[in-house]
Amino acid sequence: MDLAVLWFVIIAVLWTGYLVLEGFDFGVGMLMSVLPRGRADQREKERRLLVNTIGPVWDGNEVWLITAAGATFAAFPEWYATLFSGFYLPLLAILVALIGRAVAFEYRGKIADAGWARRCDLAIQVGSWVPAVLWGVVLANLVRGVALDADHQYVGGLWALLNPFALLGGLATLTLFLLHGAVFVALKTDGEIRARARGHAQVLSVLAAVVAGGWVLWAQVAYSATWTWGAVALAAAALAGVAVTNRAGREGWAFTLSAAAIVAAVVLIFGSMFPAVMPGIDGGESLTIAEAASTPYTLRILTWVAVALTPLVVLYQSWTYWVFRRRLTTDHIPAPAGLTWQKIKDAAF
Amino acid sequence: MDALDLARWQFAITTVYHFIFVPLTIGLAPLVAGMQTAWVVTGNERWLRLTKFFGKLLLINFALGVVTGIVQEFQFGMTWSEYSRFVGDVFGAPLAIEALAAFFVESVFLGVWIFGWDRVSKKVHLACIWALAVATNLSAFFILAANSWMQHPVGAVYNPETGRAEMSSIGEVLTNSTLWAAYPHAIAAAFLTAGTFVAGIATWWMVRLVRTRRPEAVATAREVYRPAVLVGVVTILVAGVGVAVSGDVQGKLMFEQQPGKMASAEALCEGEEAAAFSVLTVGDLGAGCDGVRHLVTIPGLASYLGTGHFSGPESYLPGVADVQEAYSERYGDLTAAGEPVTYTPPLEITYWSFRLMIGLAGFSAALAVAALWFTRKGRVSDNLWLSRLAVAAIPAPFLASSFGWIFTEVGRQPWVVAPNPTGIDQIRLLTERGVSTAVPPGMVLASMVTFTLVYGVLAVVWFRLMRRYAVEGAPDVVHDESPEARAEDADDADRPLSFAY
Repeated sequence: MDLAVLWFVIIAVLWTGYLVLEGFDFGVGMLMSVLPRGRADQREKERRLLVNTIGPVWDGNEVWLITAAGATFAAFPEWYATLFSGFYLPLLAILVALIGRAVAFEYRGKIADAGWARRCDLAIQVGSWVPAVLWGVVLANLVRGVALDADHQYVGGLWALLNPFALLGGLATLTLFLLHGAVFVALKTDGEIRARARGHAQVLSVLAAVVAGGWVLWAQVAYSATWTWGAVALAAAALAGVAVTNRAGREGWAFTLSAAAIVAAVVLIFGSMFPAVMPGIDGGESLTIAEAASTPYTLRILTWVAVALTPLVVLYQSWTYWVFRRRLTTDHIPAPAGLTWQKIKDAAF
Repeated sequence: MDALDLARWQFAITTVYHFIFVPLTIGLAPLVAGMQTAWVVTGNERWLRLTKFFGKLLLINFALGVVTGIVQEFQFGMTWSEYSRFVGDVFGAPLAIEALAAFFVESVFLGVWIFGWDRVSKKVHLACIWALAVATNLSAFFILAANSWMQHPVGAVYNPETGRAEMSSIGEVLTNSTLWAAYPHAIAAAFLTAGTFVAGIATWWMVRLVRTRRPEAVATAREVYRPAVLVGVVTILVAGVGVAVSGDVQGKLMFEQQPGKMASAEALCEGEEAAAFSVLTVGDLGAGCDGVRHLVTIPGLASYLGTGHFSGPESYLPGVADVQEAYSERYGDLTAAGEPVTYTPPLEITYWSFRLMIGLAGFSAALAVAALWFTRKGRVSDNLWLSRLAVAAIPAPFLASSFGWIFTEVGRQPWVVAPNPTGIDQIRLLTERGVSTAVPPGMVLASMVTFTLVYGVLAVVWFRLMRRYAVEGAPDVVHDESPEARAEDADDADRPLSFAY
């Protein structure tokens, strides 16, 4: 296989890793406003429980995005330059959302104060809902194609990115991540919240089947090649499977299948773009894999590095999931260890 | 302001801000790892208390380093897309390798370190903080490899068909002389920052406890904080020597590779032999070197910094005017407006940032010497002036690092990729040609304002948390949470998390 094509596949794999892993992080973050029930202190405990289901792993999950972006820069400089400058405002919004969310995770427990926790939860909400939608909008536009000039500069403007197909794409990733998150919570917790998460997952599996399934069909019919019907079939089967296994209480299977649905979506997205990295619109200029790629020498170096390191990354990252495999309940959540707001204000140094 | 100015301001703001957190993480992670090692090896509880104390501060700091780092990676493509097209074939590789080789290790093992005190064995847990420490230092290497290539492009050829730089040797990129001077300098500066941080906080605590006159407090000062002071002081001394030696090597390289930066740092108008190092100037540096009067100078020192000779023909340092003439002849670039390019950077920024970088490092040295004296032969001190010096010294190396980067990046102007005098002339890029052309000024303004506001709020939160958790001090009671220290019959399923958000 041509090295440039190989790197197109590798970048698709990196996006798969990112969306499968951070997909449930986003889902858990979004569900923090939906799942908790009961009195105020019980809800706070459940919110903390939810944050802690992803506590040890979310940062490692996000590195898949950093690696995907870095690999795009290195292997396809033209793609990186056109995409990132062209999709400027959506990416800005995603960046700000991710910043707020990460800081809120880390600092939420540092100050023991209800108002502080509320503000951090707001940052987590914004930081989960916004990227969950916008990543879909970005990727759907890559499927649909964008307006490029002869120098491979994006000339479509901001509003062209907010077309119906892309907006439905945003809702597709949103529902997929909500479902993925609910299934993950059911897998990672025990007690009442586990049952509630399964109930939500049941509803969400129908919603995702309609919304994400609808978008996948539209993408396939309007923009993709014949072979990606396989991905469409996989997505459909996986989403149906989530509903069935979730109802049967097979949470491990439900999680595997919701992950498979995301994998299928990524295969469809990258499969429909191929052989372009940024397809043109209405037969206009496009940016192809060959045009965007780095030189064979650079790609060869990158290939060696990826071959040597990626299996290791997968190995030690899987190990952390094994280390933190225990199901959590609200009883596992210790009393808040943060300093009170008064103490923070009184600091004398 | 046009998109170019806005993009420059945004890059300056986000980069200087990012590098507030980075040096502390790079230096403090190995120090905390060292403290935890001391606990595992000796079993002495003081080291566990210090590990928990400085570990908490490390985590508060690490979070902001991570989130501001993602912005750095994205904005090459967002606001500097034409730069990215020109250099991507070379510059992208170290960034991708950094993510794969270092960021994954950092993030994954940090998660285990924070949450895994009771889930993995003591040795594995210790290995996690060391993995973090090594990875942060490794990531610095790849980032500096990328930056050094912008200062001194090597291992690349120019493709006239695409108008792009292409990598011809990853070996040359990774053995760039500029990199091997910049890397030790940046790492030594990071350890200087962390050493000052540890010594500063521990000294303040020592003095505070001794002043209470309560026997158990004085005992804590002696048993817990005095060793931490020494850890910090030794780190400052070793790192200080490293900063000076590597900085000296960098000066000589800069003389060969970027004579314009050197001349501007010295506000040297015309070239001369035995050039003096100017400590203080009056006059308007902004108006160019003609407006400058050097007030306090050290004879021959500028020549020595650049050439290794105090006097004689070999000590000749070219001035701003010489560089302008030579570069105009060799490259003859025109600006977008059709004017000849000014090949030297803004004097007032390079001149002062260079001096502030060096001068601010003096605070760390003063603290090290004072703290060594007051803790000699097992003593603890209640000296208030020592305590004040300790607190004053903490921010100094952070600022010195900022000024160091301002110097090296502004000093490279007008280039974003400075031409290598002994390399391929076509591999050079004016900063004004690197900016994104597809992004209108309004969008850059929006992002610049957004980042500035968000970063401003985060700076306040970060500072208050760091200060307050430093004032909180090391925990009084710690216990070994590791699985091997647990009773055999302890029920794993019901045990609360050892750490939770």
